[in-house]
Amino acid sequence: MSIDESTAARVAKLARIKVEPDALPALAQEFNNILGFIEQLNEVDVDGVEPMTSVTPQVLKKREDVVRDGDQQAKVLANAPDAREGFFAVPKVVE
Amino acid sequence: MADLNKLGLAEARDALRKGDVTSAELTGACLTAIEGAGALNAFVHHTGDLAMDQAKAADARIKSGDAPAMCGLPIGIKDLFCTKGVPSQAASRILEGFVPEYESTVSQNLLDSGAVMLGKLNMDEFAMGSSNETSVYGNAVNPWRRSGDETALTPGGSSGGSAAAVAADLCLAATGTDTGGSIRQPAAFTGTVGIKPTYGRCSRWGVVAFASSLDQAGPMTKTVRDAAIMLGAMAGYDAKDSTSAELAVPDFEAALTGDIRGKKIGIPREYRIDGIPAGIDKLWQDGIAMLRDAGAEIVDISLPHTKYALPAYYVIAPAEASSNLARYDGVRYGHRAKLDHGDGITEMYEKTRAEGFGAEVQRRVMVGTYVLSAGFYDAYYNRARKVRTLIKKDFEDAFAAGIDSILTPTTPSAAFGLGEMTDADPVAMYLNDVFTVTVNLAGLPGIALPTGISDNGLPLGLQLIGRPWEEADLLSTAYALEQAAGFVAKPQKWW
Repeated sequence: MSIDESTAARVAKLARIKVEPDALPALAQEFNNILGFIEQLNEVDVDGVEPMTSVTPQVLKKREDVVRDGDQQAKVLANAPDAREGFFAVPKVVE
Repeated sequence: MADLNKLGLAEARDALRKGDVTSAELTGACLTAIEGAGALNAFVHHTGDLAMDQAKAADARIKSGDAPAMCGLPIGIKDLFCTKGVPSQAASRILEGFVPEYESTVSQNLLDSGAVMLGKLNMDEFAMGSSNETSVYGNAVNPWRRSGDETALTPGGSSGGSAAAVAADLCLAATGTDTGGSIRQPAAFTGTVGIKPTYGRCSRWGVVAFASSLDQAGPMTKTVRDAAIMLGAMAGYDAKDSTSAELAVPDFEAALTGDIRGKKIGIPREYRIDGIPAGIDKLWQDGIAMLRDAGAEIVDISLPHTKYALPAYYVIAPAEASSNLARYDGVRYGHRAKLDHGDGITEMYEKTRAEGFGAEVQRRVMVGTYVLSAGFYDAYYNRARKVRTLIKKDFEDAFAAGIDSILTPTTPSAAFGLGEMTDADPVAMYLNDVFTVTVNLAGLPGIALPTGISDNGLPLGLQLIGRPWEEADLLSTAYALEQAAGFVAKPQKWW
């Protein structure tokens, strides 16, 4: 498996990280080095092996479906780069 | 008493309870040491005033006869822990200016236990690194130097600031976190003790998430006894972390008998890797001899899938990181990029994350995105999770055969120079975790402790791996090894 520049660009887009076009060749090469390392996993016989979902045998706890928290608008917004009138503000999303 | 900052937790606690010293004096000594140690770049957010207030409150508690385990003991907190009202940045530009409105469960447990927080400690960005070189604050520097050589060395990573601070006696102990070796490798590089407990022993709530199925907090200390004391204060069930274990926390310190007669110690043959320096191998053989002399039975064991632990880790950890770090979008907290006219929300995300994340974090987020993307999920992510099952089974088989704990080197080398790995392939840096990462994948407790000195004067550490939830037994075995090794060396002060 070899990653070319267009795949690197697509991955960057999916990750929502801006990568300048002139940085793509080096990025693709780094991906290839790391994926080359990961390819070793293909040597392992994993037939019939369950993928691990939880490292300790535990059942996720359930709780009653009731409101236990809330009314913390000021705290929730305290660290926002741009908060207005009780909301997070973002650039225009819909034309 | 002189040099109060050089005390360990147990010594300082006993002196506090006897009334020989006050927490204000201990805390003052540490603050002075921190002030003089700017060259180490270990403390990155200073909370001296807060610390003095906490120290005075602790002194009042001790006077009133209410002195819990950590009462009055000044410690440092890794920047990965959210601390209420104190900047918590995970050493990342993207969390610049972030001041949590809440306290992580582990740091709250420590505060409830009377601990004094001196400040926040340097680390690799989002705990992704093995040398503390990916930090937005710049490198933390190891207080140790090679004999007759002034080269600045890494304290390891990601808990590099914690390790440097404890080794240089800037604090009595510190918190760390460990996703692939981030407590144990820096402990080994700085001649300190670090334990990663069983997954679920310490709550992850309020700890900035890297790879949630692997992350665990733990103490970084000067002695095994101190690790036992501090782990007891950090651990415990927390309803706010769904993977936190609802188990009683034993009295780890009381379990430190150091009596390991009849214990079966496994020596995994797969950890004898090619190209390992002779000094590391000798350290390991010496450790084996020490445990045997203390009455343990040494058993050769096999953990056949060891070789595949690092590649599995470098699928699973980036996959989880890409998901966890999706929250840094420039909307709710931290950095937001300046936008050009006409930029929409996608440009905001992309520019914010390009500016806010450093190179290693970007690399791992993108690798994680790739291995989770349509068409590759089975080939990479699911395969890695299956290999993880096999790695865990290797350990289960060893324990089922009667092994109590497993002895390995902690790292494949002593501390290396800052900048020495800059031009290397990222994979070369990843190899630092070759002996530690299996433990995270299997969810087991592992402890690193110093047992020797390299030819060029640097500390070297061994690792003991224990059965799940049996940290008490593991700590006691480590205590026996510590006694036998008699490691007392300290770095010579140059800073």
